[in-house]
Amino acid sequence: MNVPAWNPAVEFMEREALEQRQLAQLRQTVAQALKTPFYQRRLAAVGLTDSKDIASLGDLRHLPYTTKDDLREAYPYGMLAVNLEQAVRLHTSSGTTGTPTVVYHTRRDLDGWTELVARCIVATGATAHDVFQNMTNYGLFTGGLGLHYGAERVGMLVIPASSGNTSRQIQLMRNFRTTVVHATPSYLLHLHAALTLEGVGLDQLRLQKAFIGAEPHSEQTRCKIEDLFQIKAYNSYGLSEMNGPGVAFECVYQTGLHLWEDAYLLEIIDPRSLQPCAEEENGEIVLTTLQRQATPLLRYRTRDLSHLVGGHCRCGRSHRRLARIKGRSDDMLIINGVNIFPSQIEEVLMKVPEVSTNYLIQVEKRGAMDRLAVKTEIDARLFTGNPRALDDLRERISELLRSAILVKPAVELHEPGSLPVSEGKAKRVVDLRPVF
Amino acid sequence: MAEQLSVFIDNRPGRLNAVTGILRDQQINIRAMTIADHRDFGVAKLLVSDPALAQQALAEHGFAVALQPVLAVAIEDRPGGLHDLLEILAAHQINVLDAYGFVVAPSRQAIWCMTIADLAEATRLMTEQGLRVLKDRDLYAL
Repeated sequence: MNVPAWNPAVEFMEREALEQRQLAQLRQTVAQALKTPFYQRRLAAVGLTDSKDIASLGDLRHLPYTTKDDLREAYPYGMLAVNLEQAVRLHTSSGTTGTPTVVYHTRRDLDGWTELVARCIVATGATAHDVFQNMTNYGLFTGGLGLHYGAERVGMLVIPASSGNTSRQIQLMRNFRTTVVHATPSYLLHLHAALTLEGVGLDQLRLQKAFIGAEPHSEQTRCKIEDLFQIKAYNSYGLSEMNGPGVAFECVYQTGLHLWEDAYLLEIIDPRSLQPCAEEENGEIVLTTLQRQATPLLRYRTRDLSHLVGGHCRCGRSHRRLARIKGRSDDMLIINGVNIFPSQIEEVLMKVPEVSTNYLIQVEKRGAMDRLAVKTEIDARLFTGNPRALDDLRERISELLRSAILVKPAVELHEPGSLPVSEGKAKRVVDLRPVF
Repeated sequence: MAEQLSVFIDNRPGRLNAVTGILRDQQINIRAMTIADHRDFGVAKLLVSDPALAQQALAEHGFAVALQPVLAVAIEDRPGGLHDLLEILAAHQINVLDAYGFVVAPSRQAIWCMTIADLAEATRLMTEQGLRVLKDRDLYAL
């Protein structure tokens, strides 16, 4: 079988040649990192001041890890490795607390990212003949622009629909005969329910493929989407620190996600011991950028849990495969594709005097979508007896949270002393969504 | 001026009777009670025989509780009794924010309790029109 590929020379490259390329790129990345205040300090601490000291890929093990907290502390310029005039775009994402993280891109960085996304798209069999409706949010979120530029490079007709407004999505799909969509799995389930509600049958659509990502999902969810729409659904993996989408993607065989190893150096570690995992053992994905100029990252701890899929893929690509993401090694929650840390919610609640800092976060499925509820307690001393003031308070907290975490939660007010206390190891997150 | 007790109560089984249990233990009588549903919680408003003691007892048990003045007016328990009162307020452009009523059967009287922004003005008006504005102790003498 002729396997579709965007860049066959790289995608089917022999492992030996690929590793040689990785070593050369790793040296360049270290040299680039040494231009940033953050890595100058961090690498000097392990005695590394010259990228020539990297003799083999094994030397990676001597480099320190980089965490999301490091990115926060270096915000906004501490990890910038080029002059600002060379940077042409930035994307920020929410940090574990109020401080966001930022990734800058030079023109070459964007070009590299676009190339990786183009590879992903073509690996699923999509071509320039396809009409691509991008149903993820444009803007700071990387899913919108990332897929957008990749799809344009492939030559697809791109509809930058962005997220939400389901009626309009359906209209666009019908009018322009959309063949490929990109969305979160929960949104596609929601979309199907909306199609049923509006009486739009599958025969009125031309849909063939969906790219699904931004939230962990089970094989059953994928099968359900494929079954409901009578299409093929391909799993997409990426994170904003590593550009966004385009890090790893399923090929037509759908047996794990090929990670582009000429662009990212992959390690899987035990998140407790920080030691490498045995082959095919489950652990935390750690990635080092190999092509980035503006924001090089060394051994970045993604906190995503997965394992390598053994053996060779029938497609013949030499780039190894990750199994679907199984969860997180930290307390980050993914709500309808948006990443949220409980600490961000706590930080907002601390600023509202009328409520205590005791809180409980509850996540559940409402139909196909996630519903986030934030339960907090009123402060008895500030209770005036006016119910309207309480409604206003609830709305105010909800708005404050929305601007901090980009999701508007249902805020609930409860009696003083009815929730777990803020000190100690109280269980503050109740996730009632079905596990997989 | 009569005082109304407002209590914040979680909207789940077992909370309302926690309030009434505390009042019973203090031998406090409830003259009237209303609850507004606000989804995850409710605010109960009570007229009780000893508002200050009730507030203290509930607060000691951790409840968020507040005392607020209300305009309690005695009206006749007959068709048009409430309407006569409201006509007076309307004629003077006085808005009623929140209200409830109850009937004291033996005396053939009804009591209408209102939350009003300018209580002093409303009280003056009621008295001027010959209506009886009740204090806490009056409510239990009915």
